[in-house]
Amino acid sequence: MKFADFVSRDAIKADLAADDKQSVIREMVQALLGANKIAAEEFDSIVKAILKREELGSTGIGRGVAVPHTKHPSVERLVGTVAVSAEGVDFNSLDGEKVHLFFLLISPPDRPGDHLRALENVSRQLRDETFCRFLKQAKNADDIVTLLDEADNNQFVS
Amino acid sequence: MSEPKLTRTVIVTNPQGLHARPADLFVRLATRFAAKVEVVKDHERVDGKSILAIMTLAATEGTRLSIEADGPDAQQALDALSALVEQDFAENENSHS
Repeated sequence: MKFADFVSRDAIKADLAADDKQSVIREMVQALLGANKIAAEEFDSIVKAILKREELGSTGIGRGVAVPHTKHPSVERLVGTVAVSAEGVDFNSLDGEKVHLFFLLISPPDRPGDHLRALENVSRQLRDETFCRFLKQAKNADDIVTLLDEADNNQFVS
Repeated sequence: MSEPKLTRTVIVTNPQGLHARPADLFVRLATRFAAKVEVVKDHERVDGKSILAIMTLAATEGTRLSIEADGPDAQQALDALSALVEQDFAENENSHS
């Protein structure tokens, strides 16, 4: 699975305003709403579900990366978005570091395989230092789209 | 003195597969042991102490994984890690926070 298969381009944020976990998640879900990827009446329910998942254990997986996610019956296919925080956000990550790169995923409950393949793609690409560094330095959504496209074309993973 | 590398094959029985939380639990457990831990899926071999590495396996339900441990506590590591996978990563319990 490639980034282009699940990242909603219109919902990408290069300049997160949020500075705590809850507001990062709200801001990213809001961006998906703005991109018409989720229904307005599901907004609260989706945010709540993602926060509930964080309570089980932070999705801040280290290296300044977090993958907040949930299953939600209101989506018919995997939807996701990417956000970057220049300042970094305290996300209770596994290595204690602030998080700069966020990949938020909402998947239909009956498609665990798609969710796994999206996680696989995110984690495979993020193992590359150069990709991480460029992403953190992205100035705008277009920069991020370009980087994701380059990653999709295997320009980072040998 | 050298200990032989030990291997155990397990099948992922969790219907959700080895997603982020099980990967986290696996890595947390693996890092408690001195032994080097690797996980092999088909021809792919990854570091069992790296969550990013474990997640790249995208191990769905039914996937056969070989867990390899090399070091003084290899046996204990294999026992604990294979029990974790075989118990569906304790996902049906509420005791883990």
